[in-house]
Amino acid sequence: MPAEPVAGSAAAQAARHEARAAWWLVGPTVALMLALLVLPTLAVLVLSVTDAELGASDINFLGLDAYADLLTDRTFRGALRNTAVYVLLVAPVSVLLGLGLAMLIEAEAGGRAFFRSVYFLPVVSLVVAMASVWQYLMHPSFGPINLVLRLFGLAGVNWLGSSDNVMAALAIIGIWQAVGFNMVLFLAGLTAIDRTLYAAAEMDGVRSAWDRFRVVTWPMLGPTTLFVATISVINAVKVFETVATLTQGGPAKASETLLWVIYQEGFVYLHVGTASAMAVVFIALLLVLLVIQTRVLDKQVHYG
Amino acid sequence: MTRAIPRILRLLVLGAGAVVVLFPFAFMISTSLKPTSEVFSAGLALVPQTWAAGANYAKAFTRIPMGRILLNGVMVCGAIVLFQIVFALPAAYALAKLRFRGREMLFALVLLGLLVPIHAISIPLYAAARTLGLLNTLAVLIVPFTLSVFAIFLFRQFIKAIPDDLIHAARSDGLSETAIVWRIVLPNAWPAASAFAIFSVVAHWNDLYWPLIAISKTHLATPPLGLLFFRAAEVGDDYGALMAATVVITAPLVLFFLLAQRLFIEGMTMTGLKG
Repeated sequence: MPAEPVAGSAAAQAARHEARAAWWLVGPTVALMLALLVLPTLAVLVLSVTDAELGASDINFLGLDAYADLLTDRTFRGALRNTAVYVLLVAPVSVLLGLGLAMLIEAEAGGRAFFRSVYFLPVVSLVVAMASVWQYLMHPSFGPINLVLRLFGLAGVNWLGSSDNVMAALAIIGIWQAVGFNMVLFLAGLTAIDRTLYAAAEMDGVRSAWDRFRVVTWPMLGPTTLFVATISVINAVKVFETVATLTQGGPAKASETLLWVIYQEGFVYLHVGTASAMAVVFIALLLVLLVIQTRVLDKQVHYG
Repeated sequence: MTRAIPRILRLLVLGAGAVVVLFPFAFMISTSLKPTSEVFSAGLALVPQTWAAGANYAKAFTRIPMGRILLNGVMVCGAIVLFQIVFALPAAYALAKLRFRGREMLFALVLLGLLVPIHAISIPLYAAARTLGLLNTLAVLIVPFTLSVFAIFLFRQFIKAIPDDLIHAARSDGLSETAIVWRIVLPNAWPAASAFAIFSVVAHWNDLYWPLIAISKTHLATPPLGLLFFRAAEVGDDYGALMAATVVITAPLVLFFLLAQRLFIEGMTMTGLKG
């Protein structure tokens, strides 16, 4: 077989050519990845186990004590708690409202495009700007929200100025902002459901609207719901703009969230080491969320 | 399933929801037209008794260099999207269609990169920017975002679906791999590219975290940071002027959305579900 080695070397040459071309194409990305992602991440990991401060010359190695210190740090624990409250309010409510609105809009042939655009409007509105509007709406004495409440004979609420209410007030803004995004994702999921499934369910004796939802819509929407829930949680964990604009973590630290304290430690108090340890915890949190998502998704494949 | 619910009830619920969603926009515009005294006393009236639009909007444009700030936003977002696509598309093509040593490793890095948001690595990036003398430049607002692992991830998935025959044919015609990326892959991956562009513009137009760290000069601010400067420059509760500034700063992206609604909604849906 004299032809084979020749063909083989031609193939090897083609493979070499392909690999060279590939490296030419990915080269700039690899360089950027090293400079903007890999090295900074390694730097954060190294800084996280030190007591580094910006401007201070001596740096001490703390090791895992740095993380142990974080666990007892009242500011950090408060921030974790506030962020958890925010996520537990925003994620479930914005997912359920998004699903409900998507189903109502799906069924509504006439005004579909109109309602879709209206509910999507907050998604494309500048968060910092709309936060300022909400601050006015939530003003305790002349804010329109309290005026409406008083119209119905209810007492006005001190929304952003009370440490008991501030996270709920921020959550209302967060939900208002997120519902439209979740709605369009659910709309895409609903459109993808095979219409014949509903006909088949009807033949099997599924009559009521609730049963149609339970037997067909909900199971078929499973993967979409999981995606929407994960995105909602991740976006809610990253709450920063409304805090920075409206409350600066106050009153009395009651609205300090994870990103807010990382920003404060790193760029206001210049505690670079502490801020880095917090940032590592933040990344770990995102990792856990993605692992949960993948696990649940794997499980659902068996039922799907 | 909601077909069983009477249409009138459905419309009532959707209409009530729409009122709640539009409530802030209505008061934003209304308040931007009112004098301060009326903001405190007018109650829920949307139409002003005395018009103060001129004074309010004049303040919005003069207290901060508003035109410059909007231009900064457009330039920064435009440059970011351009660089992201220019870097990500060739890399995504190589990851999707070419065989080379290190491909799996590189893709693993892309996936890991999806986990690390700018917030988590802002300290080393800030230190690097300071060392390089890049703080308070437009460049510092652009450079950290030129790499988008999400764009690589999204484009790779899309390019995988392009038939190999198309690429082989282009190669037989003598096109280089670089030419294939821009003349064959880009037109075929256009839906993904435009969807990503929308996603990226919405994200970076809104971003406050990095500009807040890297910029302290008003004339270099992006719209969100500019509004923070406006709020800081303001004395007392001048809500009329503040709302005028929020109208001006919110308007560009909202108008863009109203002009290209399908592009926006389809783009955000595609990037949302793939992310």
